[in-house]
Amino acid sequence: MTITEKPPGDDTFVSPTEQTSKFGDRVFSGISLGAGILILVALAAVALFLFVEAWPTFGADESEFDGSDTFVEYVAPLLFGTIWAAFLALLLALPLAVGVALFISHYAPKRLAVSFGYMVDLLAAIPSVVFGIWGIAVLAPILARSVYPWLEDNLGFLPFFAGPASTSGRTMMTAAVVLAVMILPIITAISREVFLQTPRLHEEASLALGATKWEMIRQAVIPYGRSGVISGAMLGLGRALGETMAVAIILSPADVITVNVISNQNPNTIASNIALKFPESSGVEVNRLIATGLVLFFVTFIVNALARRIANTGFSGADG
Amino acid sequence: MTITEQPPTPVDGSSSITANQLGRAQLIGVAVAAVVVGALSWASSGEPNWARWIIVSLVTYCVSIYIASRVVEGPRKGVDRLMLAVVTSAFVVVALPLVSLIWTVVERGLPRFDTEFFTETMRSVVGEGGGIYHAIIGTLIVTGLATLMSVPVGLFTAIYLAEYGHGTKLAKAIQSMVDVMTGIPSIVAGLFAYAMFELLFGPGTRSGLAGAVALTVLMTPVVVRSAEEMLRLVPNELREASYALGVPKWKTIVKVVLPTAIAGIITGVVLAIARVIGETAPLLVTAGLAQGVNWNPFDGRMTTLPVFTYYQYVQPGIPPEAGQDRAWTAALVLIIIVMVLFTAARILSSVLKPKGLR
Repeated sequence: MTITEKPPGDDTFVSPTEQTSKFGDRVFSGISLGAGILILVALAAVALFLFVEAWPTFGADESEFDGSDTFVEYVAPLLFGTIWAAFLALLLALPLAVGVALFISHYAPKRLAVSFGYMVDLLAAIPSVVFGIWGIAVLAPILARSVYPWLEDNLGFLPFFAGPASTSGRTMMTAAVVLAVMILPIITAISREVFLQTPRLHEEASLALGATKWEMIRQAVIPYGRSGVISGAMLGLGRALGETMAVAIILSPADVITVNVISNQNPNTIASNIALKFPESSGVEVNRLIATGLVLFFVTFIVNALARRIANTGFSGADG
Repeated sequence: MTITEQPPTPVDGSSSITANQLGRAQLIGVAVAAVVVGALSWASSGEPNWARWIIVSLVTYCVSIYIASRVVEGPRKGVDRLMLAVVTSAFVVVALPLVSLIWTVVERGLPRFDTEFFTETMRSVVGEGGGIYHAIIGTLIVTGLATLMSVPVGLFTAIYLAEYGHGTKLAKAIQSMVDVMTGIPSIVAGLFAYAMFELLFGPGTRSGLAGAVALTVLMTPVVVRSAEEMLRLVPNELREASYALGVPKWKTIVKVVLPTAIAGIITGVVLAIARVIGETAPLLVTAGLAQGVNWNPFDGRMTTLPVFTYYQYVQPGIPPEAGQDRAWTAALVLIIIVMVLFTAARILSSVLKPKGLR
């Protein structure tokens, strides 16, 4: 670094090559600084453009909308549906993801573990529209045939399974299962990473005291990886909140707020509602959809910020 | 590790060490019994139901191995065996949808996987026939433009973060904003691009370029993150050696740091492309759908492969089978593209390990 700097008070002896290299340095650092600032500007632009385009919604005459709801009335069921679907997906995916991560990090034979990890990563790379058509064509009929009637008959006293059970399978639960499959690789990848980082000495100390393998995992691996798993789960939640196509294809939406997950009347999600309505919308309708997009932006922003904060507090078990 | 391994079971089984342990034969017996119970669960209905067979077998195995082990080996060993069974079952359960998805897409996609499918467009196609030529062109143009925009910005930002602004407030701000960008839902990126083009070019504008802008928003943070990580892996000794020879900093970066990290950076870019090439939602609201080839990204709607798949499935036309077949084949093409990119990235990262690093 210092070698490119001129010696103090030595201005007269600057060689031409040194001059060009100084110039090159200034240009190069300028370009990279510019690129960094462009990122900040781009993000500000995202927020600004969305806000400008969303603004007309609030001043508009309510009769211009179909259904003439106020914006809050319009977005409430969508917001509920978004959070409900993402929550259900996380509920299904988290235990499985932790199980798979443990299997790959501690149980599977070393050589197979690599290809298993590859398989799970592949799951993450499959486009969401493919998950969507698989969900509606394969999963929905199976669930509608063999699972939903059973749930309605045997657990119908719970509000979640009150029914009437959908015969098409285009329900909140089908959507949640597909979302769970989609966020599983994210949670698995992060959990596997922290589980593998467990200090070898912790594990061996536990085993040396006579612990079985599971006891070792409970005593050494899980406490060490807990905050990593939580932040992975939050990132998965963020992805589930914003997931669009799979939900848009599978869900049969209605303008309701309900916790019933097996009927044909489901609250839609913000993202899926935009995808379904946007291509046919015009005028203030477009502005209203963009306003809902802004709401989604803030919700995912908060969830992701929480995930970062948890991840940054460090892997708590490391000190204990 | 050795502690969990079973000592070889003696033939007579009378050794005091192995007296209270389940032998291999017993374990296999429990597993076979569980598979039989699973098979019985669908036998009554007549036709094989693979998912139910596997799930019932797994549950039966978990329960019975716990009971057997608890009785013979005691509660601690019982829980240990139960958890092994549960964790392995979790993996099998997760593998089920992946296998089912790939099986379905290949089975239903193959019938239309022919030359016509890759050389025809959807212009004036009703019912059978038609292809994805226009969608492939659209995907190449949109993804290519997004790559052209995001790679330079992403790479230079990574250089700033790793080489220049290390530890400064601005660098920290940029880093956290990159994190925020990573979490932007894809549909919001699409809305942003739509809003931008509507403000610039009037309402209802749809173009390939708008789609590319949306994908750039999604792709740039991925490129920044992976490139920054790779630059940080370059050993400091290399930089110092270069400075010691009197090479200015920018030349050090161009001639020493970047060539060392280039394989990792390319891998990151390929993975970023694989991530955005399957994006549907942002292109649905920005690039839209067209029936023919559109070579001009600055004007008019442009079909991309994921959007094509979506519309062919939800609006298949009459009769619906032809459209849905096209949707499945397009899905198959998408999966093949993603897999090829993914595998290429893997091979690149393992073959072209960073030079100078061991």
